[in-house]
Amino acid sequence: MASDVCMSLQDVTISYGSFEAVKNVYMDLPKGKVTAFIGPSGCGKSTVLRALNRMNDLIPGCSLKGRVIFDQHDLYDKRVDPVEVRRRIGMVFQKPNPFPKSIYENIAFGARINGYKGDMDELVERSLRKAAVWDECKDKLKESGFSLSGGQQQRLCIARAIATEPEVILMDEPCSALDPISTLKIEETMHELKRSYTIMIVTHNMQQAVRVADMTAFFNAEAVEGGSGKVGYLVEFNETENIFNSPSQQSTLDYVSGRFG
Amino acid sequence: MIPLFLVLIYVLIQGGRLISLQLLTELPPAPGLEGGGIGNAILGTIVVTLIASLIAIPVGVGGGVYLSEYAQDGWFSKFVRFGNDVLAGVPSIICGVFIYSLIVATRIFFDQSFSAMAGGIALSVLMLPTVIKTTYEGLLLVPQEMRMGAYGVGASRFVTITQITLPAAFTPIATGVVLGIARAAGETAPLIFTALFSPFWPEGLFNPIATMSVLIFNFAIMPYEAQNELAWAASFVLVIMILGANLLARWISHATRA
Ligand SMILES: Nc1ncnc2c1ncn2[C@@H]1O[C@H](COP(=O)(O)OP(=O)(O)OP(=O)(O)O)[C@@H](O)[C@H]1O
Ligand SMILES: [Mg+2]
Repeated sequence: MASDVCMSLQDVTISYGSFEAVKNVYMDLPKGKVTAFIGPSGCGKSTVLRALNRMNDLIPGCSLKGRVIFDQHDLYDKRVDPVEVRRRIGMVFQKPNPFPKSIYENIAFGARINGYKGDMDELVERSLRKAAVWDECKDKLKESGFSLSGGQQQRLCIARAIATEPEVILMDEPCSALDPISTLKIEETMHELKRSYTIMIVTHNMQQAVRVADMTAFFNAEAVEGGSGKVGYLVEFNETENIFNSPSQQSTLDYVSGRFG
Repeated sequence: MIPLFLVLIYVLIQGGRLISLQLLTELPPAPGLEGGGIGNAILGTIVVTLIASLIAIPVGVGGGVYLSEYAQDGWFSKFVRFGNDVLAGVPSIICGVFIYSLIVATRIFFDQSFSAMAGGIALSVLMLPTVIKTTYEGLLLVPQEMRMGAYGVGASRFVTITQITLPAAFTPIATGVVLGIARAAGETAPLIFTALFSPFWPEGLFNPIATMSVLIFNFAIMPYEAQNELAWAASFVLVIMILGANLLARWISHATRA
């Protein structure tokens, strides 16, 4: 495997019970870059994203076939501890989900359980600044995370993920609850973060993919005969520029030009 | 509501007028004598309820956590929850007889028969279903996203439960626990078979101990005016304690919701 590959998906099929949600995905996600997952609703973007840090383990009935190679190991090897995986591969969810703790503790929690020994006050401030939410939080660090607006909560969750200093950050539609200005701030954050982290982001916003992503994966779903629902698959994975300007598949062109989905 | 007020007013009038420092701190008089108090029974009720809580809270919260966070939602979990609901409906006297035959009759603790410990265990059996049920149901209300968030920053299941999920469900669990304690504190039947009674100050956890509910039971039917009055006074104290516990439960659910 080339050294600039962060994660490699090899013939990955993910099922919920007997329903195959995404099938036969092959992908080499590059290190130190931002990769966007786009595609119509229900095609399995979140499912694939959650597979990258074994978050699907928490969904009863969800199973994975194939291999996900990260740092020379198959993440789904029996000897791999999923907790360790999630320490190295952090996640920001679609819905803001702060802990029922103070803003300060929301950030400190992850750092503390990951054995952070440095100056906690400094880490909290740095993380909140990176997530572009410091100004709104600096006077109320002791107040509950729920006292923030939805958009601010989401940026708090991004700060929380950054604070644990993972190698990879997975973001599932992190900006779907944000106004355009905070969205831009988050995007700046991502440009900043990709110097030290690898980022995978699910987005429904084409402009956002163009603005932040180096690589883009287009997923689609189609009904299969005898199947109980639509099965998702990877249509095309390439440099973002190619996906948006000269896609090799007709369905990609239809989707990115807005004639579809 | 009307029966509640009638009971309260009657107890308050009959018992409240007797309350004095002496009553709260002295031993009951020998039959036929005047004066004295219910100090040993107040202390005994506190001791027995404390023992019950020390057993029922960890076991019950642990059971609720197991059902909600560890068990697959299969037949076993359903069966345990059903069993728990049945246990909640078992008359308290049966708990007493059960602990009597298990602990008192077998003299399992240092060859002692009736003891504060046996009484506490009997009350813990009564409290357990409430604690399990409120813990389980409280944890079900915690959104799955909250757990996901904790796992997402690299928390193990244990850390997630102890530091995120349980604190998030603190209000319903604490409310249930307090109500469970209040219920147990007033029980008589299971204590008659287990803690028995004592006219003296508590002599340790493995000896019989006085409690207010059993004191009421014993003294209310005695043909002595002094004992009858102490029974009323004990009723008053017990009602006030249970009322206080219920107010505390309400306060917890209001104060922590904000
Ligand atoms: N927890 C689950 N249990 C069962 N099926 C699920 C679960 N989560 C997702 N699915 C199914 O898997 C398929 C892919 O869902 P997924 O959430 O990955 O789509 P998505 O591309 O993220 O969609 P969206 O853009 O709407 O977020 C869908 O058919 C969905 O119904
Ligand atoms: Mg999704």
